[in-house]
Amino acid sequence: MSSSTSVRASSRVTASQGIETPSGHEPDGRGHFGRYGGRWVPEALVAALDELETAYEKARHDPEFLTELDRLHRDYTGRPSPLTDVPKLSRHAGGARILLKREDLNHTGSHKINNVLGQALLTKRMGKERVIAETGAGQHGVATATACALLDLECVVYMGEVDTRRQALNVARMRLLGATVIPVKTGSRTLKDAINEALRDWVTNVDSTHYLLGTVAGPHPFPQMVRDFHRVIGLEARAQVLERTGRLPTAVAACVGGGSNAIGIFHAFIDDPGVRLVGFEPGGDGVETGRHGATLSEGSPGALHGAFSYLLQDEDGQTAESYSISAGLDYPGVGPEHALLKDLGRAEYQPVTDAEAMDAFALLCRTEGIIPAIESAHAVAGALRLGQELGPDAVILVNLSGRGDKDVDTAAKWFGMIGQDESAEAADGTAIAEGRTEQPTGSFADAGSETEGIQA
Amino acid sequence: MSGRSVADVFAKCRAEGRGALVGYLPAGYPTVDEGVELLAAMSEGGCDLLEVGVPYSDPVMDGPTIQAAADTALRNGFRLRDVFSTVERVTAAGGNCVVMTYFNPVLRYGVDRFAADLAAAGGLGLITPDLIPDEADEWFAASDKYGLSRTFLVSPSSTDERIASTTAASSGFVYATSIMGVTGARDSVNSAAGEIVGRTRPHTSLPIGVGLGVRNADQAAEIAGFADGVIVGSAFVSAAEKGGPDAVRDLARELAAGVARAGLPQRA
Ligand SMILES: Cc1ncc(COP(=O)(O)O)c(C=O)c1O
Repeated sequence: MSSSTSVRASSRVTASQGIETPSGHEPDGRGHFGRYGGRWVPEALVAALDELETAYEKARHDPEFLTELDRLHRDYTGRPSPLTDVPKLSRHAGGARILLKREDLNHTGSHKINNVLGQALLTKRMGKERVIAETGAGQHGVATATACALLDLECVVYMGEVDTRRQALNVARMRLLGATVIPVKTGSRTLKDAINEALRDWVTNVDSTHYLLGTVAGPHPFPQMVRDFHRVIGLEARAQVLERTGRLPTAVAACVGGGSNAIGIFHAFIDDPGVRLVGFEPGGDGVETGRHGATLSEGSPGALHGAFSYLLQDEDGQTAESYSISAGLDYPGVGPEHALLKDLGRAEYQPVTDAEAMDAFALLCRTEGIIPAIESAHAVAGALRLGQELGPDAVILVNLSGRGDKDVDTAAKWFGMIGQDESAEAADGTAIAEGRTEQPTGSFADAGSETEGIQA
Repeated sequence: MSGRSVADVFAKCRAEGRGALVGYLPAGYPTVDEGVELLAAMSEGGCDLLEVGVPYSDPVMDGPTIQAAADTALRNGFRLRDVFSTVERVTAAGGNCVVMTYFNPVLRYGVDRFAADLAAAGGLGLITPDLIPDEADEWFAASDKYGLSRTFLVSPSSTDERIASTTAASSGFVYATSIMGVTGARDSVNSAAGEIVGRTRPHTSLPIGVGLGVRNADQAAEIAGFADGVIVGSAFVSAAEKGGPDAVRDLARELAAGVARAGLPQRA
């Protein structure tokens, strides 16, 4: 009955389109993207992966599943997420027009919910009652705990002990939502080890349990299925940018941990050869220091956590420890489709250091009143860099994958607003409000001028 | 030397009217030299076949005991090349060695090069817990070229179709995981062990080894009642930790007696 031509294009885009309609960039029958992907797993998991693949293939063409997912995304997630012009930030990007895709405004605070609701509905369809998940920043864990509360599923979340400390707020959120959070104390005690523990749990309890993997890594069908659940980001954003600017963006920027928010927004533009796709990886202290998580920029091909892809490894094939200020990007692997896009030259990947990301974090807070997740701040920093390169005629679409509530503690410490041993809640409120008088590096009060130097 | 292939090792045991005892220990645990001594002691005590493990940073199929041993080995400086010197020295001491490894170290070293160096060191084959035949093209070529056995795993969750394809892809022996789960000693032998062996038999004439959880003579005898090989890992690691070469030799003796007591496996 929609009589008029004024129906907004973006309002017609739904998640189900990214699921039902193949993208034209599908893996082969055994889940290979070129030489990458596949199933590098113990035989014990193959039956469960087959079951999942079958359930997904059935569900993606089942109107009941698609309608339910679209309904949840509309009424619960709050989709479509808005597109925000950020003119004051743009001034720090050589005048290029920056548009933020606001996945931070989704329920639970990040893009992770797109995938989680899809897999949680599938879990119900497979008749499984228990869900396990890994989490780094805690955003995937929170989204999973949320969906499990909504759909009456038991939820166990594995989280590296280091991450439980730096993302304490999200640990509390998961527990409030009824999930069991298990701190993982093996290895580097971060995301990689949380995935190891989740895989051990899955091998043991595979009959009753679905492993709700939080990114586009892992064995087939995860990289394809998780990507499809996130395609809605790019489909919406493409329509929104066209509507807003009358053209396609010059470049699309996203942060890359495992690669889910990046693949979700990139995918709608893969067949637009004029659109640059740029993934920003955690450069940590700088790739030259060896303390980073820049898997595609610095890694080499190998098998980890069920997929053949790029990874950070030593000469003997032992996984190297990654490092990033951002828990959600602190991972030495990456999804296989990104490995292929890199080799094909269709997407490019660049490291962004902790310091650059935190400068961009401060800048976005101060110029636009948006506190981003530190993960997403890597994409913002990347957009500032791209803007300098591309000039004032460029339109840069940035996936703002999450919001920064969880990172307030880390940021307040970074900017010297509270002492290293205090937490933000415990600190004297005025310290945060006023900032410190002595200004450490990456001064918050002075964010604008500080960051300009870094972008050059 | 008679036992120069995995098939020969199982055939020799059969000729003696019993199954085979297969003992696992990570190379380089606690150090490369001590690891060699431990593996040699396991062989002396009665392990017919030794599984020399490659310590790996992300051992998703292993429980806490073997994880900790791998960590120790890596912390003490284990390098991948040490697995070849370990195999060479243990073989010289009279042991029969296959290597058990997660696959990424092999990929990184180069599949063909790894196979060449393993064969040159006297290794008899490879057990690959996280490699399924679907992804193993390079390993098929290399194992054929250097005459190494290929042991893939079947699991209680495997369909009959996958048991058929996995056993067809294997040589030497087939590894049946008796329970769903990671490695670690357990108190009782799960009933699933007999079931998975029974489901595997019709698809292959290869010997079938059963592992995951065995720690004493009674359990070994029980498994040897239906399987061709009894595979013991975590219990050897724990023994090594507590009492060094003497303890693993004693454990091997005890387990070997259990295996011998059972005689030849009942074939359905
Ligand atoms: C807000 C946010 N962005 C990005 C990521 C990184 O994941 P991915 O690369 O899969 O998008 C995370 C992970 O925790 C996150 O919380």
